[in-house]
This record gives sequence, structure tokens and C-alpha cells, in this order.
Amino acid sequence: MLGTQLAQLHGDDPTGLADADDVVAGFDEALLRGFARVGEADALALTALTGAVAGTPLGERVAEAVGKVTAGSVGQEHLAALAGARAALLGATHDALTARFDAALGRERAAWTAPAGEPADGSPARAAARSWLHETALAGWRGIDHELLSAVGTPVEAALAEPGARRLAVLLDGLAAELRAGLPVATMAQPPVRRWADLWARGVLLAQDGPATDPTAGATPVSGRLLPLGVDVHEHETAVQVQLHAILEPADAGPPRLVRVTVGAAKVATIGGPAVWRLLSAYPVLLTAIAQRRALTVTDLPAYGGDLHWVDERAQAGEPADPFATARVLLGTATAAATAPLDRHPAAIAEPVLLEGYTVHDGGSTVDLGGQRLAVALDRLPAGGPLTPALVAASSSCLGLARFDGGRWLVQPLAVQATVKRRPVEAHNGDWADGVTDPKVAKAEARAGDAVAVLRERAGRLLRR
Amino acid sequence: MTDADEAAWRRRSVVAVVPPARPRKLAKVPFVELADGRLQGVVSSGSDIERVYVSSVTAGNHAYHCSTNNNRPCGGLRGAPCKHLEALADEAVLQYGVDRVARYLRVDAGDGTQTGVELLSRLDARHEPTSAAVVFSRFLRHLAYLELPASTTALPELHWFPSTGAGR
Repeated sequence: MLGTQLAQLHGDDPTGLADADDVVAGFDEALLRGFARVGEADALALTALTGAVAGTPLGERVAEAVGKVTAGSVGQEHLAALAGARAALLGATHDALTARFDAALGRERAAWTAPAGEPADGSPARAAARSWLHETALAGWRGIDHELLSAVGTPVEAALAEPGARRLAVLLDGLAAELRAGLPVATMAQPPVRRWADLWARGVLLAQDGPATDPTAGATPVSGRLLPLGVDVHEHETAVQVQLHAILEPADAGPPRLVRVTVGAAKVATIGGPAVWRLLSAYPVLLTAIAQRRALTVTDLPAYGGDLHWVDERAQAGEPADPFATARVLLGTATAAATAPLDRHPAAIAEPVLLEGYTVHDGGSTVDLGGQRLAVALDRLPAGGPLTPALVAASSSCLGLARFDGGRWLVQPLAVQATVKRRPVEAHNGDWADGVTDPKVAKAEARAGDAVAVLRERAGRLLRR
Repeated sequence: MTDADEAAWRRRSVVAVVPPARPRKLAKVPFVELADGRLQGVVSSGSDIERVYVSSVTAGNHAYHCSTNNNRPCGGLRGAPCKHLEALADEAVLQYGVDRVARYLRVDAGDGTQTGVELLSRLDARHEPTSAAVVFSRFLRHLAYLELPASTTALPELHWFPSTGAGR
């Protein structure tokens, strides 16, 4: 990304962005207090939500839902309409920001093609989730107590047992853990109202028995050479996910495509840091290629838009492929994929970018690119990799993801080239995928012991009795 | 934080709410949690590898209990928390930090309190038997997470949960 591109990205805010943000913020504050008894200010905020989607296919249902909420008799179907309206506003925000990004960077993006969704059967997990999310909405974050939080166990357990409901289980677990840590929310200095409302609304939508929730519908097989750019690591107490951003050179000589490969596992809170890589040992070819920065040859991997479903047996690690070189040569011309409509939200924006020739400020938390400042998401450097704020501060090139949060663009580093003690060094998030390469960290890990092994031993003795 | 910063923070989707659990050795106390209104967990028996103790301290009223998972009361409870409860509290402080444990239990940690044992001594604690079943089944559910198969389907919601804490 060049300074001029960053200037264009920053430009004037897309029309309506601030208004949409205000409407969402009003809804979020209302959810803090709950829908059991809606006060005057919150009723006004909800009416603004009606206004924002008036004239859209959602208009009538949202108006009805807001009427019910303010009258104090909100049902599950009304909450679905409210969550839908909120998601529509943030989805439109996502689209405006992505269009801005694509225009600034000159990035091509494929159009979204909807897979043929079959209406899903009713699921007990989704029903249990709807009921729990309904109760939390009535209580509001401030009204949540231990009892209500313990009750999340029912939908989580049911959702974990249904392979198609993993998203719901992982979302509810992550939200509940934060609420548990925040209790009592009324005395919390800063409740993260946008964040929790995001998760609540997404949960409500995932808990509907609607069509097109089947991620395996509409796959097309792809083959070719996969050139890694970098990995983005996500985790909360009971889940970890590694998302590899890469460029696919299709075997049929089509144009290069920006794609993602995602592997994930369930975990517990006491497994963290570099140990999370060991939970992904079912994918040795992928982990080796990530750790050794090698290209991969893939054959007939199912692709859903930009998401490739990994099958380790259909991949072979090949020659070394420097991600910085890949980005320099191919990132400018690779075609990106569209995000599925339900997943559109500013927080879902994660666009690979290459930054070079910048100066670093404020200990690595800001970079200056041709006179344009860009915030660096130093709080997104994973504990399971070698990148540190100090390395970012010493860096001169950065492979990262463009992100948008709190009304501004940020860059999340995935890899940096830096100078430390007058020597060039390079660090990538995935460097420890095959084992920790830093002797100091490896020693600390060995001292802490193998959490996975200890818990598996306990599980073996206690679980199957 | 200024009012403007505070207002901006409230509109952020990705903020760290729960600091990641700090690494600790799990052999002695494989499971600790702040949940159900209790500090609760499971402590491995020092003498019998097949046996575990279920220990808990309730937030607010500070009632404590320790028993085997078959509800046999711990012999170490003689008018004061046993060594299992002490181990539980110490490991909880390692995992969560003393402030978070104190806040959850609703006790004033005071200055200079560093270990779980010190925190326990600040409680006006009393013994009150509770069933081990709830905590033990939560522990089994906890272990069951490790039995779930890995997955290659992206979970878009995890973008709200970046891995964090590099260089800890």
C-alpha cells in the first residue's frame, strides 16, 4: 500500500457511515439496559433503527418489532427482526468500506454468488440458543446474573453436538466467558457495548432455522499453487483458529486469487500461547508449509468463494516461497473474494496489504506512510508467534491485514522485516507452527509443562467411566 | 480515559475483555474457574492418582467446601480451608491474577496480597457442604473440549477474538 492509496482510503467518510454508526450505538446502549422495560431514550433509539431500514424489505417487520419492544412484550421473532436490522446497517457499512478499500488499492473483487440454500430442519441447539439470547436481551447486560450465565451451558452443549452449529457454540462460549468475567456488569467501568451487541445480534441470526446455513453447499474444486502471505490467529478460552491468507495460482492458468485456508480446534483456557499449534496436528502438511514458508501444491480442494476447505492429503509442500516476495509480485493483481452477506460487518474486514518505506511512531502503534498515519493493531499480535511490539517498532516492511474498528482503519501485522542490532531479521505469525524456534520461549514452554498431555491424561482416567 | 476516548471505546467491536489465562502447571490443579458464582475447581489427590478433590468458595458469602468427586468430605477440613482449597486459590491467582479473583469473590484484596492462600486468609470464610456433582460435571465438560475433532470450516465470529498477548 502506498501513501497515496492510504490517503484515498482515509478520504471523506463514505456517505451515511456516521449516521449508521449512531443508530447502531443507540441500539447497543438500549441492550445494556435490556428490553424488559424500555425507557424513553432507548425507545427513541429503537425508533431510529426503524427509520434506518424503512423502505427496505425489513421495514415493516422491524417497525412491528420495535412497537412490541417498547410495549414491553418482545418475542423471539421480534428480536430476530431487530438483530436483522442492526446487521443490515453494519453489513452496508462493511460494503461501503470494502468498496472504498478496493477503489483505493485497485483491488479486483469477484461478485458474490449465492449458494443454493436448502431450508434447514429445526434444530434443538438453535432453539435453545434463541431462548437464551431472548432472556439475555430482556435482562440487558446489566441485569445478567450467575444463574442466567450458567444457563448458557444448555445451548452450548447442544450446539457442540451438532457439527452444523459449531459457529453458534463458539460464539456463545466466547460471549458468556466475557460476561462471566464482567459480573456484575452494573459496576463494570466500561462495558464493551458494541462488541457484546455484535455478538448477541450475530448469535440471534445464527440461531434462526433459515436456509443457506450449510457451508458445504456450492463448492467448486480448485487446484494450483498456493503461495502463503501470512497467518491470522484467533482464540478465546475454548476455541482457536488459524487463518492462512494466501494467493492461489490456479492450475488452469486463470488469474491469481486471494484465498484463505482456515483450520481450528476446540481447547480450554489453560492451553494458550505456542501450545495451540499442537492442537492442529491433524494438518501436518499445512503447518510445515506455514512454519517453513513454503509454497503448496493443492489438488481439488473444495472452494467456497475465497475460503478453501483444507484437506491435508490433497496438498504437497513445495519450494520455499517468501511471503514478502509473493506480496510484492502478486498482491497488486490478485482478485479478492466477496464476503458472504450474513458475515458482512466492519470487524470481518481483513484485507492483506504490504506496507513498505514507512516510519514508525509511538513505539510501533502508528506508522507514517508518505505523510499519512495508520494505527497498528499491536493488541492483535498472537502469543503463539514471534512477532512482538518491539519488532514492529523496529520494522521497515510489514505484511498485514487492513482492519476497520472504532471508526478508523488499522493494520494488523502478520509478518515484519526489521533491523535489530544492525542485523536484518524477519518474523512471521506462523513461524512456530511446527514448534517454537526461539530457545528462550521454548525453555519457558518446557518449564510450564505440556498442558495438553496433562489434561488428556486426566480425561483418560476420569472421562470414560 | 477522557470522555471522547470512552465514547470511542464503546463503539469498538474488538477490545480485549478477558485477558488470556496465564500459563501455569496443571498437574496438581487441572481445573480452576470463576463460574456459577463460585471459585471452583478440581485438585488431584497427592496420594491416589485415580482420586480428585472438588473444591469451591462461593462469591459473596465465602462459604467453602471440599470433597472427593463422590461427595466424601475432605478429611483436611477442620474448621479451616484444607490444603486442596489453598492449592485451588493459589492456582486461581496464577491463572487469573489476584485482582480478578478478589473481584469475583467480592473480597477486598488489600495491598500486598499476592497468593491465593493470602487471599483466603482475608475471607470471613465458613464451611458449608455443597454437592460436588455440578463442579465435577463442569470439569468433565471442560475435558470433553479436547475430544472434539479439529475443523476446517472458518468460523467468522472468531474475528472478534484475536489471539493476543505476544511477548508475555
